[in-house]
Amino acid sequence: MTASHDSQESSGLDQVSRILIDDSSRVAVLHWFASAVFWLIMGSIAAMISSIKLHNPGFLGGIEWLTFGRIRPVHLDIVFFGWASMAAVGVLLWLQARLCHVRLPWPLLLSSLAMVWNIGVAVGVVAVLAGYGSSIEYLEFPAYCAPFFAIPALGVLAANVKMYLNKESQHTYVSQWYLLAATVWLPILYVTAMACTYFGLVQGVSQAITNWWFGHNALGLWVTPIAVATAYYLIPKVTGKPIHSYHLSLLGFWSLAIFYNWAGTHHLTGGPLPAWTITVGIVGSMMMFIPVITVAINHHMTMRGVFHMLKTSPTLRFTVFGSVMYTVASFQGSLEALRSHQEITHFTQYTIGHAHLGLYGFFTMIMFGAMYYIFPRLTNNEWSSAGLIKIHFWGSSIGVLSYGIGLCWAGWWQGVMMNDPSIPFLQTVQYIRPYLIMRSVSGTAMTVAHIAFAVSVWRILSPHHFKMSGPTLFTTVRPAWKEFVNEQERRQVEVQK
Amino acid sequence: MNRTPFVILGVLLTIAFSISGLVLVPNWQFQEHKPVINARAGTQYPAPLTGPALHGRDVYVDQGCLYCHTQQVRPKGYGGDIRRGWGNRRTVARDYMYEFPILLGTMRTGPDLANIGARQPSREWHSLHLFNPQITSAGSVMPRFEYLFLTVKPGGSIPKGAIALPPAFQAEGSHIIPTERGEELIEYLRTQNRTFPLPEAKQ
Repeated sequence: MTASHDSQESSGLDQVSRILIDDSSRVAVLHWFASAVFWLIMGSIAAMISSIKLHNPGFLGGIEWLTFGRIRPVHLDIVFFGWASMAAVGVLLWLQARLCHVRLPWPLLLSSLAMVWNIGVAVGVVAVLAGYGSSIEYLEFPAYCAPFFAIPALGVLAANVKMYLNKESQHTYVSQWYLLAATVWLPILYVTAMACTYFGLVQGVSQAITNWWFGHNALGLWVTPIAVATAYYLIPKVTGKPIHSYHLSLLGFWSLAIFYNWAGTHHLTGGPLPAWTITVGIVGSMMMFIPVITVAINHHMTMRGVFHMLKTSPTLRFTVFGSVMYTVASFQGSLEALRSHQEITHFTQYTIGHAHLGLYGFFTMIMFGAMYYIFPRLTNNEWSSAGLIKIHFWGSSIGVLSYGIGLCWAGWWQGVMMNDPSIPFLQTVQYIRPYLIMRSVSGTAMTVAHIAFAVSVWRILSPHHFKMSGPTLFTTVRPAWKEFVNEQERRQVEVQK
Repeated sequence: MNRTPFVILGVLLTIAFSISGLVLVPNWQFQEHKPVINARAGTQYPAPLTGPALHGRDVYVDQGCLYCHTQQVRPKGYGGDIRRGWGNRRTVARDYMYEFPILLGTMRTGPDLANIGARQPSREWHSLHLFNPQITSAGSVMPRFEYLFLTVKPGGSIPKGAIALPPAFQAEGSHIIPTERGEELIEYLRTQNRTFPLPEAKQ
């Protein structure tokens, strides 16, 4: 990697090559994206059913397929495998092609791999609903679903490596490292975890360690690097400002690679394991301050002076929201790993609140930002309605913040009460119930936001019915976008000088 | 200069390092676990599950009990587990040496079940609780598992092993009988007993 303080594509990628590259990735990326949005809606439905069931257990009662213990893991698995992973693959294929200045290899193969992946999710969901889930968190899908994910993951890895080796760009941008690393890590993580848990390669409590080694790394080494890479690309791209510091981005990458790997065992604090296994997890979690702070500085400093652009650009607003939430959720996560903190919050709704601040507030919001950027470039169409984007942004941001803050607050006091044996257990249940109802309200806001987004996506994919010209920005007066584009071009010219 | 091999190697090393540290080493460390055998009584602890309890674990897994219940007791002085009466000692790695899959859990929407068999040994209590949690634990948010039971209409002939419902809950019938899966799940719950004094769990 040469010390390029440049914005990524300033070195010689002209408009024509950009169009050719986007042309090559269109079919595959749109396939992964459209599938992701479909699963986002399915995941929201599963989420709402589980959420309502937790405060009103009689809701849809008596249906074994929809009992809480099945629909809740189905929510997690749809969201992780269906939404998050498929959105991540779409973004990484598009982004790596753009950054390498090469066309996407094997577009039809990569597109059909999306179908294979979809079948895996669908089969897994039915299996868990029918009672064939494994009750191993994040790995509930039965073993026969594994090839449906492992094979596409290897295909994506091959395409990614091929693009990287044949790259025609002179520089390597930090995002490319994250994308490459994430695609290497995913198949190793998944295959190792599946082999260990399903074929009995590890016994006793080692199963739990392996489970959380996977569960935490699936977030830390798969979806997190892709969202960080996306923010690293989009923030300079949209603002027209170069990334603040090349050296910090390097430190951020390698510290994530080294420390995130070890963080998972904090999920077992107080459990029946040797103290050292937990201690390494806590140390790994604390060391995560390094990559998180470096990324925070880099992204914030890049945004300095251009915060007013958040008013107009949907991409930037979602991405910066996600980027800020990365810092917030990661700080929270590191502190949460401490034994004194876990004594209270472990086993409570606090963990659920934190998980949503991370996977939703950070990752999902950045994926939304990326999709708002990428869809128009692949469809040669524009978003049909600023109103829908507004509903999407406010529904999801207010939804996830009230969800996260509410459940963390409730979870903390739930834990305090649970540690006081003079309080009957059922009182802890009654205490959190109003917060669980509030969670359903937040979830409704997020679901409405997702429906608005799905309608937008449907329209942008139907150019015959909804043909738009000119970018759709948040500002109400349409001609204002011209000024915005001029401003952007002016900045890019300045950067190139 | 092309640093691609260096990057890929670094990325592979980081994960290989954590696989060995967190997957392989603990597994190797636990290989030496042996059960405590009482030759005179012909018993051992821990013992592998057998019979209906073994099938009951599958029911526990497929109903997703783990998403609200843990099966682990934290050490004395760390959390309120022991003072709440969820166990007389912390649980340790050896307690779980035969468990596959292991069901430690991460959430306590409901109470810990590591010793539920010691706390609630009665088949009747578990039947009523699973059939309708409000009978035994008013205000609980646990779902009903009525599909694991058959009901006897009032006035019908009462088979052996049927459990009488309290008068306030007789809208669906006067008695309930666990189905085969219901019986297995109850049997599994009743075997959950980790009170045996293992020496390493003294702390």
